[in-house]
Amino acid sequence: MNLLWLIGVPLVTALAVLLSRNRDQVRWIALTGAAAQLGVAIMLYFLYTKERSAGNTAAILFQQDHEIFSSLHIRFHLGVDGISVAMIMLTAFVGIAGALVSWNIEKMTKEFYFLLVLLSLGAYGFFISLNLFVLFFFLEISVIPKYLLIGIWGSGRKEYSANKLALMLMGGSALILVGILGLYFASGNSFDLVELSNMNLPAATQKLIFPLLFIGFGVFTALFPLHTWVPDGHSSAPTAGSMFLAGISMKLGGYGCLRVATWLLPAGAVAYSNIIIVLSVIAILYGAFATMMQKDLKYINAYSSVSHVGFSLLGIGMLTQTAITGSLMQMVSHGLMTALFFAVIGMIYDRTHTRMVGEMGGLMKMMPFISTVFFIVGLCSLGLPGLSGFVAEMTVFVGSWENDHMIYRIATILAAMSIVVTAVYILRAVGQTAMGPVKNESFLTLTDARWNEKLAAILLLLAILAIGLVPGWLNDLLRPSAEAIMQKVSAFK
Amino acid sequence: MMNLNTTLLLLIPFLPLAGFVILGLWGRKIFKANAGWVGTLLMLASFLIAVYTAYEYFTHSSGGHYDKIVPINYTWLKFSSTLSINMGIMLDPISVMMIVVVTLVSLMVHIYSLGYMKGEERFPTYYAFLGLFTFSMLGLVLSSNLFQIYIFWELVGVSSFLLIGYYYDRPSAVAAAKKAFIVTRFADLGFLIGILILSYCAGTLDFTTMINTLTSPESSELKTSLTYSFLGVSALTWGAALVFIGGAGKSAMFPLHIWLPDAMEGPTPVSALIHAATMVVAGVFLVARLFPVFSFTTPGVLQVVGWVGAFSAGFAAIIACTQTDIKRVLAYSTMSQIGYMMFALGVSGMGGEEGAGYTASMFHLFTHAMFKALLFLGAGAVIHYVHSNDMKDMGGLRKYMPLTHLTFLVACLAIAGIPPFAGFFSKEAILHAAYQHNTIIYWIALLTSGLTAFYMFRLYFNIFWNKPHQAHGEKHGEGGFAMMLPLVLLGLGAIGAGFIPFGKFVSADGNPLHMETDIAFSVLPVSLGVAGILLAAWFYLKQNSRPDAVASGLNGFYKAAYHKFYIDEIYQFVTKKIIFNCIGRPAAWFDRNVVDGLINLAGSGTEAVSAGIKKMQSGKVQQYGMYFLVAALALAALFIYILK
Repeated sequence: MNLLWLIGVPLVTALAVLLSRNRDQVRWIALTGAAAQLGVAIMLYFLYTKERSAGNTAAILFQQDHEIFSSLHIRFHLGVDGISVAMIMLTAFVGIAGALVSWNIEKMTKEFYFLLVLLSLGAYGFFISLNLFVLFFFLEISVIPKYLLIGIWGSGRKEYSANKLALMLMGGSALILVGILGLYFASGNSFDLVELSNMNLPAATQKLIFPLLFIGFGVFTALFPLHTWVPDGHSSAPTAGSMFLAGISMKLGGYGCLRVATWLLPAGAVAYSNIIIVLSVIAILYGAFATMMQKDLKYINAYSSVSHVGFSLLGIGMLTQTAITGSLMQMVSHGLMTALFFAVIGMIYDRTHTRMVGEMGGLMKMMPFISTVFFIVGLCSLGLPGLSGFVAEMTVFVGSWENDHMIYRIATILAAMSIVVTAVYILRAVGQTAMGPVKNESFLTLTDARWNEKLAAILLLLAILAIGLVPGWLNDLLRPSAEAIMQKVSAFK
Repeated sequence: MMNLNTTLLLLIPFLPLAGFVILGLWGRKIFKANAGWVGTLLMLASFLIAVYTAYEYFTHSSGGHYDKIVPINYTWLKFSSTLSINMGIMLDPISVMMIVVVTLVSLMVHIYSLGYMKGEERFPTYYAFLGLFTFSMLGLVLSSNLFQIYIFWELVGVSSFLLIGYYYDRPSAVAAAKKAFIVTRFADLGFLIGILILSYCAGTLDFTTMINTLTSPESSELKTSLTYSFLGVSALTWGAALVFIGGAGKSAMFPLHIWLPDAMEGPTPVSALIHAATMVVAGVFLVARLFPVFSFTTPGVLQVVGWVGAFSAGFAAIIACTQTDIKRVLAYSTMSQIGYMMFALGVSGMGGEEGAGYTASMFHLFTHAMFKALLFLGAGAVIHYVHSNDMKDMGGLRKYMPLTHLTFLVACLAIAGIPPFAGFFSKEAILHAAYQHNTIIYWIALLTSGLTAFYMFRLYFNIFWNKPHQAHGEKHGEGGFAMMLPLVLLGLGAIGAGFIPFGKFVSADGNPLHMETDIAFSVLPVSLGVAGILLAAWFYLKQNSRPDAVASGLNGFYKAAYHKFYIDEIYQFVTKKIIFNCIGRPAAWFDRNVVDGLINLAGSGTEAVSAGIKKMQSGKVQQYGMYFLVAALALAALFIYILK
């Protein structure tokens, strides 16, 4: 399959959005584009698995390589493995759901949708790039739209949040850039991921560059203590902005930590794994406890994201094949789950004009659909079997347990303790909003979800159920690619 | 050879699931008031298949020995070549017995609810949840591997949450549902870590392989596992103990029992199904499922099981004597009876006569399901009529609801252990097993059985005798046919279930065990039971001041028991005061003020520096001249004096 489709479709959509005449045209073009994206992503999955079942064992499939700037070794080198395919599908699902829930945006609709499409374009490009320069380029493409989305369409302290987010992410990008340049010079002028991964740089060099890249990408994926843009950014962003931020942007970071930092610098990953584990266990528990005290639904989800993303970082730190598979599953699962969470929070906010749990109550009566979805996604967050969160967390736990050392075991047990705290804050949030008596009389006239909101929720729910009920397909997709990364790592363990 | 069709087996759990999906998606729009019939018919089909399966299974022993069969085993999630989570169906005597119990009680509750829940606004949702619960419970008992049990374990937990919180606009129901979920979740954390340890020790999650590996002394896995230890206790013991914590949470054993009485906020038929007959015995089932491991490898943990069970049995019985909410009395009695099942496992050995406790425990689980479901459904009929849970609002109801009265009496006699009702046989078997292995537990159990008779008949007399009933117009208090049929059927079960030669079918090692009733041995427990009943009659048959006199005589102790020994308050203190205030609040504060403060400091620091530098670019020529002069002089000084 020609991977250019993945960037071609959003590019064409973005142009068409710019050329469209009125609001209705914009929305329908954006939705059609997002649907086409989803189609391409699902087709990619089927073609990829077909290729694999036909016995193609190459690490990276569908490669293509075009020269751009030969004197600096910048090449348009594209290709996917199971990890990229999973991330691309995640982006496509979140993308269409985001387009659907933004249906009633009044202010500058054209610009809004243009930025959304641009953001997903950046993500697709990032996930298929095999050249560090191009990868960095696409990463940056996805940062600027976030700034504008929050700054223009946001709420609350939106300027502050937009600045904070953009500056922190730029700070991360700066570290990544230094890391990439370090790799370029250490390797004797190569930006190519495949080449670099086969190069076996000296361990000392790897240990030097690894922290730059890992922390840089870590900022994107809310690595403790560089997570503080998450609560502010999410709470100020418009609904689709939060969905893209948590569902896609944070995954760029996780993917980068694995694909760039760990894959290219395995010795560094081994050397720093203990620190990663400590930071992620802190994030998991600390995020969960901090969530318990939040009163604003968006803050609840933002802090719980810090906690949940901790699991995928924990999986990376544990450096076993199962743990890394679990880490990737958690990225996919968390992406779908938080996107849906933010979508539902947006639906509730649009109607009640509050996000404070204390001011709601009994929403189940007026909005059974929204409340039920809210409840299901809450259950996914607290790791109920049958939904994606459980599969991912359990895979991380089992994978972590494979590490035969008491310290790793204790870290796993500490991380597992969060399942109780998660249950506390999720049931508190759901119990106070959806259940209980109706606190505010004026809420009695509120209406349930509209068609676009229902469709967005159902699409994301289907994806969550597909992973939760039959996790085998995702496991088969991710595991061999995780194994390829682990092969590099195990040489240094 | 057995004639078991795998599709048919799958239908047992999947028919109730179909009920959940169908009613969940279309119940409100399409089926409405007919939703109950959809659920009930699906449940009936599932029950019939379960009974057929049990018939086929128990009539095809290999020379009296029952094998474990795993007809379905599908790899659900593969971790490595040896470790995977499978979804399977395992048939052995206890799982076959459990599917009959679960489908039977569930069917009774389905039928009963047709009358009891009639006219409820969310009637279809109620039946959908019942279907989800039944599916999860059947999946749990049929599990072929340890992780599968955990998966369904969580699912029964959430179904229980949904059903306790069925009246979601009542704050007390929401609080009770949350409490039940969180307390059991806390226990499940132990279960999960236990699973990780056991699966790591055995190298598999599959029950059959795991039990074989961990119980054969020559297996290399067992030998290596025994070398691991933590805090001086072997890893395997930790694993088994943690798994037991999971079981204790679900089965409401002390001190994880606090959720069960509150769970009575759910509709009464739900209490009968989930919080009396099926879900709460899951912990007992779990210990029984892993019994060989407990018995061979970690006998110390089995001892703990015994003591926790015995203590819970006595503890709950004392509290039950003081409660006035009839459902709470029944809840504590459930906890007490599950305590019996637990300690019966605790005093059991593995093979032959030694394994009497195991058989007795399963037997009691079986009979208890009948009479406890009956008690709850009877209580439901009473509540339906009186519109109150408090026994102070009841009395003299025997004339108004004769059938309920009769069946309730049968159930009370059964739980009090009076022959020839079902409870007599199973309790007798448990006492017998305890007598032979642990005298202290035997005495606890014996005294508890006296208390059981007392508090059950306190309940019975208070509802049906005592003060005359102030009839509010209607003469006839019985529910409709749908509510009466399950009472009669379960009543027959409470009378007849004891005559089943249980040891022939269910035993620890699969070989038949002959159990006989020893009349000389029975004299003491039965006479204690009769004494309990007579005492209750003396207090409560007619309205009098004796109970109050005794209560004030036992002042401090009575108060403590009435307040459930303040366990709830202790939990409240730990969670609200310690966890929320000392961990949650500081974490949230620290994040906003310290971590984020540092990040903002980096921002404002940069700004301050730039504000300082900014002033240099003032555009004033005199100032630039000044800078030039100062810099030139400084450089000159540098070159002349320092660098030379």
